[in-house]
Amino acid sequence: MPQSKAGRVAFEPLLLGLRRIPELHGVARDGDSLRIGALVTMTELMESALVRAHCPILVEAADQFASDQVRNVATIGGNVCNASPAGDTLVPLLALDAEVELVAKPNGLLTGRRVPIGEFFKGPGKTLRARHEIVAALRVPIGVPGRFMRFFKLGSRPALDISAISIGVCARRDAGVLSEVRVAFGAVAPVPLRGRATEAALEGRQLTEAVIETAAAAARDEVHPIDDFRASAWYRREMVHNMLKKVLADAT
Amino acid sequence: MPLDQEIEFTLNGGPRRVAVNPEMSALTMLRETLGLTGTKYGCGEGECGACTVLLDGRPVNACLLFAVDCDGRELVTIEGLASDPVAGRVQQAFVEYGAVQCGFCTPGFVMQAKTLVERHLGADRNAIARGIEGNLCRCTGYRKIIDAIASVASAK
Repeated sequence: MPQSKAGRVAFEPLLLGLRRIPELHGVARDGDSLRIGALVTMTELMESALVRAHCPILVEAADQFASDQVRNVATIGGNVCNASPAGDTLVPLLALDAEVELVAKPNGLLTGRRVPIGEFFKGPGKTLRARHEIVAALRVPIGVPGRFMRFFKLGSRPALDISAISIGVCARRDAGVLSEVRVAFGAVAPVPLRGRATEAALEGRQLTEAVIETAAAAARDEVHPIDDFRASAWYRREMVHNMLKKVLADAT
Repeated sequence: MPLDQEIEFTLNGGPRRVAVNPEMSALTMLRETLGLTGTKYGCGEGECGACTVLLDGRPVNACLLFAVDCDGRELVTIEGLASDPVAGRVQQAFVEYGAVQCGFCTPGFVMQAKTLVERHLGADRNAIARGIEGNLCRCTGYRKIIDAIASVASAK
């Protein structure tokens, strides 16, 4: 609806409502992962005891998502399919190693596949989803309890703003040493970006000032943002560097 | 032009049946098909909150909602709050605190303010300010609106 209003896309001749499919709703534990239905709204993410317990970084992102009125209808599946490089939930989902659950019913037979979220985005508004598929759910592995998780969003105003940059960090923390580090960045590339060089600079290390500076410099070097009316590429790089330091300082 | 769809929902407490175009927004249905013009068209893209209505009890932007998606649900507009005690106190407070100037944003603010009061935030101004993030007012500068909501929220 918003995309159509803005004249960016035209409605297809056939519109299909998905709201009455129960399998697309709700958050449930399924073995070692959380299955978050594609139609779960930002408000429902914030209210879900399971999401709050296992993926607080998604709650942080949902809390900073648009406005109350939008959070009550905006879904995680919609945010993923919209595939904006700045999509608020995409950075946490990358940092959580989520998988996208796709389903289709090509010949009357229900088929499904799962795609790691890091492979799902192909460009702004472009994903691996085929025309006959729908995103049914996001699957997030339940990691060890007590991990450090943080989402940071930088925009020129607190509400209803598309982020200039965003950062997501998830990591185990044992006696001050980080492991299984995942770092993701939003709005710094055509797709939400895993910061693999940044992760390598942090993995297995004690968070000293020098380590934080090395990681922040690696982050600045591995993002490749563009200039647009929200921010210049230079500003975005500097903010990735400075704000990652701020986020990591909270992990010490 | 796609064929109209027949939908049924609860509008301001009573059953409604209406034929709508599948591409129509709930806002267009309310204003043009049903003649309920208290819900305002501001930006049409979910930024301004002038079209705030309650869908199954939660505030949403009617401009971003498909009319067909109202099928089987409960919709409350500003007209439906005429005899709502909380909304009545909110409206009175908006008058007393001078939280209204041109008035265009006011129906949306009253809808949103009512749900904030019912969430028992108390007079926490920061929480109220966050709660009205999705409502724009180009006249008052928000301070009197927050004063008005805080006065109702703290007068429990």
